[in-house]
Amino acid sequence: MSSVWTRRALIAVLLAALVLCGILLFKLYERYAGEDSGSADIGGPFELVNQDGKTVTEADFKGKLLLIYFGYTYCPDACPTALGVMAAALGKLDVAGERVTPILISIDPARDTPEALKDYVAAFHPRLVGLTGSEEQVAKAAKAYRAFYQKQPGATGEGYLMDHSTLIYLMDAEGKFLTYFGPQATPDEVAEAIRRYL
Amino acid sequence: MNRRHLLLIAAACTLAPLAAAAHEFKAGDLVIHHPWARAGAQTRPGAGYVVIENHGAAADRLTGAESRIAEMVELHTHVMENGVAKMTQVEAIDVPAGGKAELKPHGFHLMLMGLKQPLAEGDTFPVTLVFERAGKVEVTFVTEAAGATESAH
Repeated sequence: MSSVWTRRALIAVLLAALVLCGILLFKLYERYAGEDSGSADIGGPFELVNQDGKTVTEADFKGKLLLIYFGYTYCPDACPTALGVMAAALGKLDVAGERVTPILISIDPARDTPEALKDYVAAFHPRLVGLTGSEEQVAKAAKAYRAFYQKQPGATGEGYLMDHSTLIYLMDAEGKFLTYFGPQATPDEVAEAIRRYL
Repeated sequence: MNRRHLLLIAAACTLAPLAAAAHEFKAGDLVIHHPWARAGAQTRPGAGYVVIENHGAAADRLTGAESRIAEMVELHTHVMENGVAKMTQVEAIDVPAGGKAELKPHGFHLMLMGLKQPLAEGDTFPVTLVFERAGKVEVTFVTEAAGATESAH
């Protein structure tokens, strides 16, 4: 009898220790994740091709704040909305908006050739840069920004849709992450946030 | 700028407010407000947005749509999963009795596929909305700027 109770007590102590360990680990994780993941890890070097067919890297964009969105030209709803918000935010900043370069990075390079991007970006903002590249180049850029994308499962032929993350990133003049905006952000909110960093 | 351009601009200025003013459609208990789409330089798939009010006591459903400007019009919704946007086709969009269905950016929308020509800002085009109860209702969509995030009307 007593050995049963001893065993139970031992199990209880072990369980309590496990829970404590768990809490401790979680707290530690929270602390470090909070420090690192939010800012320092988003962004980085990339090599892509712009709407004029010219290969560019992050170095070509230094000196201006960047508003970056990962999307694709066959995207009927989310992308035009986000690009519209970006363009409207720059419009609200007026002359100061010229210190920001808006960029669309295609996550559908198979269909988004530089030529296809050229007309597309011009329709949103005269300075909107469209970037595409090889599958590898795009994958590398998306990874740097932790942007997710995939062709919709079961999609066949040319008319497929892409699943993709829909954040708008704001980077500083050195290409370092400042903040991001979710899909519901308004032009006013985006303009206001940019103003703080100009 | 020559005289023809001026005439075109004058015509656009005269017609645009008319299109905006006529921008409500009634069909039985349904009142359909501000159907709009976005301009595009190419014939990429477009999204159509509209607000449908149901003033009746019976629920209705939007079950489909068609337009001569597109090979196919599908009903789609936009689902967010862990920050990832997924577009999926839906069978129908509910228009509850005494309520409304809102087709708007980041939500339900008509997906205009296989556009026969690019949509230009200011263009209008007909779309037939198909309802379970109200039947077929033809409305006129207005094309707004490529980056429009809500209807200007």
